This record gives sequence, C-alpha cells and structure tokens, in this order.
Amino acid sequence: MTAPAALSLRDLRFSYEPGGPEVLRSLTLDIPPGTATAVLGPNGCGKTTLLHVVLGWLAPRGGEVVVAGRPQGEISPRRRGRLVALVPQTEHVPFDFSVLEYVLMGRTPHLGVLGMPGAQDHRIALETLESLGLDHLSRRPVPELSGGERQMVTLARALAQRTPILLLDEPTAHLDLSNKGRLLSTLRRLADEGTTVLFTTHDPEAAALAARFVVLMRGGEVLAAGTQEEVLEAGRLSLTYGVPVRVVEIAGRRVVLLDEAAG
Amino acid sequence: MRRNPDPAQPPSLFGALWPLGAALILVLGVSLFVGRYPRPFFTPPGLLWSDDLAGQLVWSLRLPRVLTAALLGMTLAGAGTVLQTVFRNPLVEPGFLGVSQGAAFGAALSIVVLGANLPPLAREAIASVFALGGLALSYALARRLRFGGWVLRLVLAGIAVSALFSSGVGVLKYLADPLTQLPELTFWLLGGLSALTWSGLFYLLPLVLPGLALMLLMRWRLNLLSLHDETSFSLGTSPGRERALVLLGAVVATAAVTAVSGIVAWVGLVVPHLARRAFGADARVALPAAMLIGGIFTALCDDLARTLLAGEIPLGILTSFLGALGFALLMTRTRLRVTA
Repeated sequence: MTAPAALSLRDLRFSYEPGGPEVLRSLTLDIPPGTATAVLGPNGCGKTTLLHVVLGWLAPRGGEVVVAGRPQGEISPRRRGRLVALVPQTEHVPFDFSVLEYVLMGRTPHLGVLGMPGAQDHRIALETLESLGLDHLSRRPVPELSGGERQMVTLARALAQRTPILLLDEPTAHLDLSNKGRLLSTLRRLADEGTTVLFTTHDPEAAALAARFVVLMRGGEVLAAGTQEEVLEAGRLSLTYGVPVRVVEIAGRRVVLLDEAAG
Repeated sequence: MRRNPDPAQPPSLFGALWPLGAALILVLGVSLFVGRYPRPFFTPPGLLWSDDLAGQLVWSLRLPRVLTAALLGMTLAGAGTVLQTVFRNPLVEPGFLGVSQGAAFGAALSIVVLGANLPPLAREAIASVFALGGLALSYALARRLRFGGWVLRLVLAGIAVSALFSSGVGVLKYLADPLTQLPELTFWLLGGLSALTWSGLFYLLPLVLPGLALMLLMRWRLNLLSLHDETSFSLGTSPGRERALVLLGAVVATAAVTAVSGIVAWVGLVVPHLARRAFGADARVALPAAMLIGGIFTALCDDLARTLLAGEIPLGILTSFLGALGFALLMTRTRLRVTA
C-alpha cells in the first residue's frame, strides 16, 4: 500500500460509552486510492463501527481519520457527502418512493440546503441506473423490490453522489449467488475506473472475489493488512475465525474452506 | 389528470397541483355563500349589497372563518405529512407530541378556573402556552429516556405526556360546573371554529405562516429524513438538526391552530395518506398536495358544520366521521395515483 492514501486512519480508538469497552483499538490503516479493499473478520469484530467512524457518523475517542488529505472533523457536511458515499447493510425505505426518486436522493450533497434536484440531477440519476442495468426499475416502488434488486438500487443511490470514495457494509450478506456475483463484479469495475472502494464482509470468498487489498480484523484490532495473496492465508484465517480453515487455489482463484478436522 | 411525466425532468409542481389549487379557491369562494343566514344553505350573492346585515356577516364572520378553516386543514395535513415522514410511521398524527392534549388541558383550565366568559383570545393564548409546554415536556422527557433510538424515545415521551394532560382534562371535566362550564368545555374538546373572528385569524398568522413556509422549503430534505440517520448523514445532511427544525415548524403551527380550533381529529392522519396515494411518496409534490387537500377537506367540513343543522355541529365530529370513512375507503382501494 504505497500510493498516497485516499483514507488514512491514525491510531483510531472508539468505544460507544466513554470509558466503556473499546470496539476499535488503536487502528492504523492506509487505504490506497482507486482500489477495492475488504475489511474481513467475524461478526461483531467492529467492522460496521469502523465504517461509521470513517464516514464521520461516529466520532472517534482517539486518533483521527484523514479523508482525501483532510482531517474528517474539518470537512463540512455537504463536502463530506461529495467525498464519501455509504451503502448500509440494510436500507429501510418506509414509504413508496420510486426507484428514481430514491436514487435522486444521492444528488443531495450537490444541492443547496433548500435546493431541489434539477434536470441535470434527474439525468445523472437515470444514467447511474442505466450503468448498473437497472433502468427498467426506475418507476417501481423501492419497498416492492427483491433483496437483490434493492441492494443494487441502494448502490445506485450511493453512486449518484459521484464520490471518489465508496463505503459498503456487508454488501453481499443477504444476496443469492447470482446477485452476489453481480454486485462484486460491479465493485471490481468501480475500483478499476478509479473509485476507492472499502467494504466490510465476514465472507472470505467475497473478499477474494472483489478486493485487491484485505484488512483482517478481530476484536477491534487489525491482525493483518496487505494484498489478498499476503493476507488470505490459512494460518491467519484460522486464528481470526477461531476454526481451522484451508486455503486452496481453484482455477487461479483463492477459495477458503472449513477444514474437515474442524468438526 | 393522469399524466405520464418525462423521468428526465423534475416533476412540475404547477402541472401536478393546479387542479387542487383551483379547487381550493373555488371551495373558499363558494363557502362564503354557504350558511344559515339570511336563509338556510345558500346566500344569493345579490343579498350582500341589498342586505346590510348579510354583507356584514359574510365579511366579518364568514370570510375569516372560511380562511381559518382552510389554514387549519393545511397546517394539520402538512404537519401530519412531516411527522409521519420524520417518524417513519404512517400512524402518527400532528398533535401526538403532547400538543393536542396540552392545548386541551390549557383550554379546559381557562374555562374551569377563569370562567366560561373569558374572551376567546385569552383562552387561545393559554391553550397555546400549554400546547407548546406539552411539546417541550415531550422533548425533555425523550432526551432523558435511556433506551431506544431517538424516534422511539420521542414517540414514547409523546404518549406519556399526552396521557398526563388527558388525565388532567378528566379531572377538570369532573370539577367543571355541569350547567355553565362543562358544555363549553365539551364543545371546545370536540373542535370547532364557531367563535372565530378576524382577530382569531390574525392571532394565528405569525405562528402558522412561518411554520408552513419552513415545511415547504424543507420538503426535499424531508424525503431524506425518512431514511436511517446514518444514510441521511452520508448524503451530506445533519439529520438531528434538520429534523428538529422541520418538527419545530410543524408542531408550533399545529399548536397555534389547535389552540384556536380545539381538537380537530383525523385531518392530519388521513390527508397525508391520501396525498401519498395520489401523488407518490416524494414530499416535493406530496407535501404541498397534502396541504391543499387538507385545506379543501376542512373548509368543506366546516361548511357542513355550520349549515347542516340550525345549531352548529362540532367540526371535529365531522372531520372524524368523514375522515374515518375516507380512510376505510382509501385502505381498501389498491391503487389511486394521479401522476406517475
């Protein structure tokens, strides 16, 4: 990880209550620009908290987050919305917004405080839907979509922000095989086109399929960070997940298997 | 009215809403000639010039009352849309944060303690103070609750404060003089605009107009406030601050109209549903549509309230009856959509 970082975390500490148990412990990381990085670890290891701190939604108790060269705390809300976009693990849309109306919400950081999306914003929202092959959904109400469609539409809403940095929280957790493949290949394409993609996952396969760099987390700490060849290694993964695993190469790809001796 | 707008263009507010605007103006105009005097049901326009008393009645009583009814409906429906969106809950109505019951308690207190012959403006002022007090109490309680998200805490606090005031209203009803005070109190609680004059309308404007304007100006941000806070935050907003601001506008305006009209139920609950069904969830159109529909509905109900019988029917009874009926019809229809 040598290029000037898109995101830098310096000695980051976080706990939900002052003096409470630390969810993130002295985390230091550099995320290079224009690459896909997976934060991999078991459930409850602090991945989602990490994304929320990187976003600025949660304020760290110590250390700092530097986004595109500027400390997180000095970035105005509107500028923040033009730098970093978020795809949350589950998006709850309580009313019958159409897909187009929902994706238009991604244009908000480009509007004034009391501004409404104009013709250009409508055009960008439609282009974003087209680029993901979702334009046929534009008039459908979001609550009526299937899980896979909804996750892609949430991604479209984030992409309509046109940010250099994209955060995704467990983007494949609720997807079937074909939707998972579609989403991960989209993330790869976005990174190839220059977006800095940072996603969390508990699934080593998702990390292997989409990420060039992998950060291995456990108990709020980074166990290892590097290219996926360096990090996706049997000994480290066994330690992280607390079960013996094997890493095998099939057709040039790394696949992580539970070791038969595990049971 | 069914159109098929170009998705590459923002929706045209005028294109979507001019029929409702025209209908509101028509209803307001016709309402001036509807009533019991000088003859039942309809006042021929010619009488306004030939009969001095009729003219005076229309200009100094009917006109302010018709305008207030429309303003009342616009406020309740607009605030209902705002609260349902912000609380992500379609069953919320605008007075639930302690505002309706606070106003009721204030009005009941003024009737029982200060007597039934209090000038209306004094009662409205006292009701406003308690309506805003109910809001402040709900807010303070929500801040102290130690569990649940912000939305759940506000809902719980609103329920608790409303119950507190409504038990207070019960005590005051029990204490009220059954011959003089209780009828007055009951009529106020059922909601109505019978005592309204120009001064009542002017009392409302400084609180209601800024509230309506704030809601309308923030209607795009309102869409974002219906999403989870971290999503809304990631879109460059400050969800806590913006929610507080738009809620303040909605609830202060509601407190003001409730203090004047008493409890006019169901407008703030049903009309937002109707507007969303007809115009979609996007508050850019749904919010102004709800305001216009609310104004039309309440003005029509008030026409019925003062025309149907020789005596006045409490407005709240009519809005509840027609509102509940409309709600049942609305929920059993699958689709009702004016624009795509």
